Amino acid sequence: MTLYPALILALPEVLLTVLALVLLLGGAIGGPKSSSPVAAVAGLGLLGAAVLAAMGPHGTAFSGAFVADSFSAFARAAIYAMSAVGVLLGDRWLAKRDDAKFEFPVLVVLAAVGMGVTSASGDLISLYVGVEMQSLALYVLAAIRRNDAKASEAGLKYFVLGALSSGLLLYGASLIYGFAGSTHFPVIAAAVRAGAGTGGILFGLVFLICGLAFKVSAAPFHMWTPDVYEGAPTPIVAFFTAAPKFAAMVLFARALLDAFPGAIDQWRQVVLAIASLSMLWGAFAGLAQKNLKRLWAYSSIANVGYALVGLSAGGQAGAQSMLVFMVLYMIDVTGFFACLAALSRQGVAMETMDDMAGLIRVRPGLALAMTAFSLSALGLPPFSGFWAKVYVFKAAIDAGLWPVAVLGLVSSVVAAFYYLRLIKVMWFDPAAGGATDAAPAYAKGVAYVAALFSFPVAMVALAALDPAAAAAAQAFALH
Amino acid sequence: MTGLLSLITYTPLIGVAAILLLRAVAPDGAGRNEAAKWIALATTLATLALSVLLVAQFDSAEPGFQFQEDIAWFAGVHYRMGVDGISVLFVLLTAFLMPLCILASWKSIENRLLEYMVCFLVLETLMLGVFCALDLLEFYLFFEGGLIPMFLIIGVWGGKRRVYAAYKFFLYTLLGSVLMLAAILAMWGVAKTTSIPELMAFHFPPQMQIALWLAFFASFAVKMPMWPVHTWLPDAHVEAPTAGSVILAGIMLKMGGYGFLRFSLPMFPQASHYFTPLVFALSVIAVVYTSLVAFRQTDIKKLIAYSSVAHMGFVTMGIFSGNAQGVQGAIFQMLSHGVISGALFLCVGVVYDRMHTREIAFYGGLVNRMPWYAAVFMLFTLGNVGLPGTSGFVGEILTMTGVYGVSTWTALIAATGVILSAVYALNLYRNVVFGEMTNPQLSAIADLNWREIVIFAPLIVGTLALGVYPKLVFAVTTASSDALVAAYHAALGA
Repeated sequence: MTLYPALILALPEVLLTVLALVLLLGGAIGGPKSSSPVAAVAGLGLLGAAVLAAMGPHGTAFSGAFVADSFSAFARAAIYAMSAVGVLLGDRWLAKRDDAKFEFPVLVVLAAVGMGVTSASGDLISLYVGVEMQSLALYVLAAIRRNDAKASEAGLKYFVLGALSSGLLLYGASLIYGFAGSTHFPVIAAAVRAGAGTGGILFGLVFLICGLAFKVSAAPFHMWTPDVYEGAPTPIVAFFTAAPKFAAMVLFARALLDAFPGAIDQWRQVVLAIASLSMLWGAFAGLAQKNLKRLWAYSSIANVGYALVGLSAGGQAGAQSMLVFMVLYMIDVTGFFACLAALSRQGVAMETMDDMAGLIRVRPGLALAMTAFSLSALGLPPFSGFWAKVYVFKAAIDAGLWPVAVLGLVSSVVAAFYYLRLIKVMWFDPAAGGATDAAPAYAKGVAYVAALFSFPVAMVALAALDPAAAAAAQAFALH
Repeated sequence: MTGLLSLITYTPLIGVAAILLLRAVAPDGAGRNEAAKWIALATTLATLALSVLLVAQFDSAEPGFQFQEDIAWFAGVHYRMGVDGISVLFVLLTAFLMPLCILASWKSIENRLLEYMVCFLVLETLMLGVFCALDLLEFYLFFEGGLIPMFLIIGVWGGKRRVYAAYKFFLYTLLGSVLMLAAILAMWGVAKTTSIPELMAFHFPPQMQIALWLAFFASFAVKMPMWPVHTWLPDAHVEAPTAGSVILAGIMLKMGGYGFLRFSLPMFPQASHYFTPLVFALSVIAVVYTSLVAFRQTDIKKLIAYSSVAHMGFVTMGIFSGNAQGVQGAIFQMLSHGVISGALFLCVGVVYDRMHTREIAFYGGLVNRMPWYAAVFMLFTLGNVGLPGTSGFVGEILTMTGVYGVSTWTALIAATGVILSAVYALNLYRNVVFGEMTNPQLSAIADLNWREIVIFAPLIVGTLALGVYPKLVFAVTTASSDALVAAYHAALGA
């Protein structure tokens, strides 16, 4: 294969990498004042990359290490678009606190490239390189406010535990390579089908799954999530819960459905166990939380569990349900953290349950949006989270996994209690704590757009999202 | 006329939009609240007018679905609307009770009135949608969506223990409903459709029917509510504002019975037959046990709430008798209970608005100061007891006749419930209305005002008209319920 067509297939990633380097240079010359233009260019560049990824040609490049198919096109478009939202939220938020840094948008772009590469990987090496590129940028993002002790703690925890998970991932990959004789997904898939060295490959697969479970923060590998979410700056958490999580789920699908379709009966048990634990732990542990960022961390653990239930159905239906679920969930969770980013009282961020007392009377718009996101995360119709749950549990029930589906639905009733408590605090309790600061327009804008998407736009958008996700998941239909 | 059902269902949302617009443009104050009330009243009356038009145009000889709408949505799910003889009168009942609820809240809601009206109008849309939906997922959407405004109505405008009651109501109902959702997804997977008319013709394997039936039962039994999952109801009723109680008792409970008729009997006939003894057992326990519990209550609203559970026992019993009298009686009983229990809660609201307590012991001798009120309360108490001539009698006698043909013992035990209902209802009436007026605080209590008379007048007419001439209902329901019963027996015989 010649270089030129390969570069065309990876054009969005190539352009984003060049963009990141140029912006880094420009920022270094322009100094801290250049953060706003750098962020604007980065945001536009990410949006452009999203369009390019969605429209780009399909094929494989770099000896099969890079797969541009309908699945990766869908995933990359979603990842780049959400990253652009992350740049918008984070830059303005930091600027308001006199902490604007031109490194922030550059790091988001680099993380996005890593995510794009992982979701288009057809090979264990490109998978690992992509994961690391994404993770390294995220570690720094978590600790981007150097003077904030909590943020530094979050960054360090994220780094140490993330490095451990990368080690697990790499160890699993080396075992798989050793027993299959190749790092290439189709070759591994063929080796698994042929039954060569199955025991060893499966041993490696379990390590691989554990490493990936770390990245998506599924129980029992979720421990870093609440601490990192609590410590990291709010808009950066909004970014963390959306694009990287989606990328890691896409990677999960890639690795399991591309390289191990023949071992579905084996990996399904592991994934279902992880999913069940996540749903239960996310529901029960969330009950005790007072800090909303921690609460939403547990909510994300539970939601990853739901997505994994859909994925474990396998095949096109499983991948499609996971994609629909994650897209709808990403928008909800970004909207929720945008609300949190918009709310402060005398310059102090409002992050606890008690801070939200009587919010409906003080800030009716944001309180309504947060109510919508809570109900959506609860999975109550007509909000988008309901349709997301319908997709994953439908896929699971069709695959005969109804006990897990029932478990998931029942655990969502447990989780309902903490979402309801937030609504109760906002709606039923008397207002307390004095006036809130004026909410910045950018965060309000993101929150309102996401809330309107959750209801009613999602109900219309599903008619387009459903076939798009089905086409994206087509890649896994043959296995 | 296609589109009429959607028009009826979404008309309340026009009122919501108008109130939100009002909120945006008008300054806060009494004038704005006054305008919001009139908007809500006008919207609900318009919905009622459209519903009357619907019933007038309804072809009662046709057993199938009418006024159908069908728009493809996504992934094989459609937006389908339609009514048959079973559901059309529930649409009318909903539209009938709503303006009365708005009127009942005219003076009693003082804070956050705009939000209150918005909640009620949204709730009306969702409740109407439940009875019109002909697609499983769409049905679930309306069915579950109703929890949100009701949660807020109880939690924001409720009594002292409103938060506890709101949580309990929400979580109980949600737990039942998620199991139904699992069953809905399983049905979708097996039958490859979510269309309710198509699913009614689909034959699920008997083993699967058992599981599906139980999952739907979990949801509807909580909603109904049946013993022993009724405990959310007394709390929710007592804490909710008067209009909220009327809606809960008048309409939301009926969704459970409607669900049994729409899903359990036609879609899982074998399972329904298999579980009939269970339903009968739970029903007679509900009738006898909750009647006894009602007798011991010291709170007027709680007493009426328990009496609702007892009356719903007759409904479940009648539905699962699987014969024409039983099913028709159950439908009639639901409609009649919607009117009578709604009226009883409004009666409680009248004295609560004046005295702000619902303790039975607080009252006594009201007839001396409130003769009109005493007369109205008497009528609905007797309707609740099931006196011949009121609508309560027809439903009870028919369900018992229907059950008698299937299980003599069940009918016999249930009949004692009629006596027990007379015991607690008349006892309540005696304690509140008759006797010496010993409480000096009551000496200045005023009789019904014009607004209250306007509220009660249609309810009185409804109770008496249905009691004297029940054919008003049967003319509409007979074709559809006969078809339901025939299909049920055909499925069992096959």
